[in-house]
Amino acid sequence: MVSQELIRRLQRNSLDLREFIVNDLIGVGKVGHLGGSCSCAEIVATLYFHKLRHDPKNPALKDRDRFLLSKGHAALVQYAALALAGYFPTDELKKVKSLGAVLQGHPDMSRTPGVEANTGSLGQGLSVANGMALGLRLDGSKSRVYVIVGDGEQDEGQIWEAAMAAFNFKIDNLTAIVDRNRLQATGSIAERFEIGPVAPKWAAFGWNVIEIDGHDVAAIVEAFDEAETIKGRPTVVIANTIKGKGISFAENNAAFHNSAMTAEQFKIAVSDLQKQHV
Amino acid sequence: MNTQSLRTAYGETLVELGKENKDIVVLEADLGKSTMSILFQNVFPDRYFEMGIAEQNMASTAAGLALTGKIPFISTFAVFASGRAYDQLRQTISISSLNVNICGSSSGLSDFGDGSTHQAVEDVAIMRAIPHMTVLTPVDAVETRKMVRAAASLPGPVYIRVNRNNLPVYTSENLDYKIGKLYTMKEGRDVVVFANGVMVSIALKAAELAEAQGISLKVVNVSTVKPLDRQAVIDCVRNFRGVVTAEEHSVIGGLGSAIAEALRGVKGQPLEFVGIEDQFGTSAENYEELLRHYGLTPAAIIDAARRVLG
Repeated sequence: MVSQELIRRLQRNSLDLREFIVNDLIGVGKVGHLGGSCSCAEIVATLYFHKLRHDPKNPALKDRDRFLLSKGHAALVQYAALALAGYFPTDELKKVKSLGAVLQGHPDMSRTPGVEANTGSLGQGLSVANGMALGLRLDGSKSRVYVIVGDGEQDEGQIWEAAMAAFNFKIDNLTAIVDRNRLQATGSIAERFEIGPVAPKWAAFGWNVIEIDGHDVAAIVEAFDEAETIKGRPTVVIANTIKGKGISFAENNAAFHNSAMTAEQFKIAVSDLQKQHV
Repeated sequence: MNTQSLRTAYGETLVELGKENKDIVVLEADLGKSTMSILFQNVFPDRYFEMGIAEQNMASTAAGLALTGKIPFISTFAVFASGRAYDQLRQTISISSLNVNICGSSSGLSDFGDGSTHQAVEDVAIMRAIPHMTVLTPVDAVETRKMVRAAASLPGPVYIRVNRNNLPVYTSENLDYKIGKLYTMKEGRDVVVFANGVMVSIALKAAELAEAQGISLKVVNVSTVKPLDRQAVIDCVRNFRGVVTAEEHSVIGGLGSAIAEALRGVKGQPLEFVGIEDQFGTSAENYEELLRHYGLTPAAIIDAARRVLG
């Protein structure tokens, strides 16, 4: 049973992430991946502020859990979480994507404390996560690897190469999360490139599949807890989400995959988020 | 002449390294019996990962292993390493300069029977263009052993181009090997021939034949194509009347291009390339026949030397 206190705290953290994204990382007139960052805010908040063993003051902590954003374009939500956790000052958020910035357009481990690998070209993060899981297993480490895969990203063939490999190597120190927001850059997945049922695909590849509402923090906590008990095969959490969640005009709107807000839209976004404070 | 297998040298050196360092891990894409990485599996099954016929996943998985402190070697044919897994080598390995070592086996035309799909004539151009990537082409089995060791110790990514066929052994066990060093194989007076891989052997034959024709060739083994020591190249050609490059690779983007880049701005230094003239490979019954077909011969090197001498 997930406590009401934890639920309230993680909901608050998720709201904090969205406010950093809207106010600091995007603002008015700057393009940014608003939709795909907001769809996984609860997942990222639950990882950084509840599940991951990590130390913002020592990003190289030996026995840390690893988190990878295979859908690297959602970097904004990770940057918000890293700043909130204390990996770097929140002042850095406003400098995102500027020349010489700590925060690049896509996650860059050489520049950003807390980023574990370079991602952005889609389809590669799950493979990297497998490699980390195998390396940690060789060392007898208790650390776990978490990786968020995008819904559209499942078009990439390498995701399924990695899915087969995780099964083949019986990787059970890894939890993959599919941010199933049902949109890709140019429209809905159903209209642009229908990939059919998702959960049965992963099940057919030999994975333990848990399907949840990806905005329900209690369900996310329970899914991550359950994944840790599954031995001998990998677990994927299919998180049904809403792209642009929390910002009225961006919800389920593929136009906000990566675009700028007008001054008017920015005001609405700020007000939408303010209303979510309890 | 004593010939040895470069790919066996590769596999055997992996085993030696594996005994010395428990962090060495080896990944293979179902070609272990050709690349000879299989030798590692026989001794260290727990640290050998058969990744199936999926080179992209192999490359990114190696990145993940490197990120937990392992030293991965990934092996496949050169054409698949550089082509199939290009974006993976670029994004997850090279941008963050991870210690992942890539064996491009059956390189150049050395897989003579399998034809254009399996012959890598552009891999050096591809790999050289990736920032942070070191690109090596060993001349023989002895140099291959030293390179594999050097690659394991070098923090960033290394691409090693390994010939499928046994090649004559020219380098000595005692020779001090360093990535980036130029090795003079034969002194000369008129023209410098920069060669690597199998072309060193062919350049040495050319030098012998040219001597009788009154042309003195200096032959230099450029087994490190990148990083190339620009000043060392400039110093090497000083007081010579011309430069010829010889490579088992397209003339676009390989050793010839690297030498031309190094010599840019140097006045009065005519340069000629011997290589594959912007074509794909093709099947042949043996390696020598194929090398001749593409003009990778002592005669071609002598002709090129005559052209630079004017």
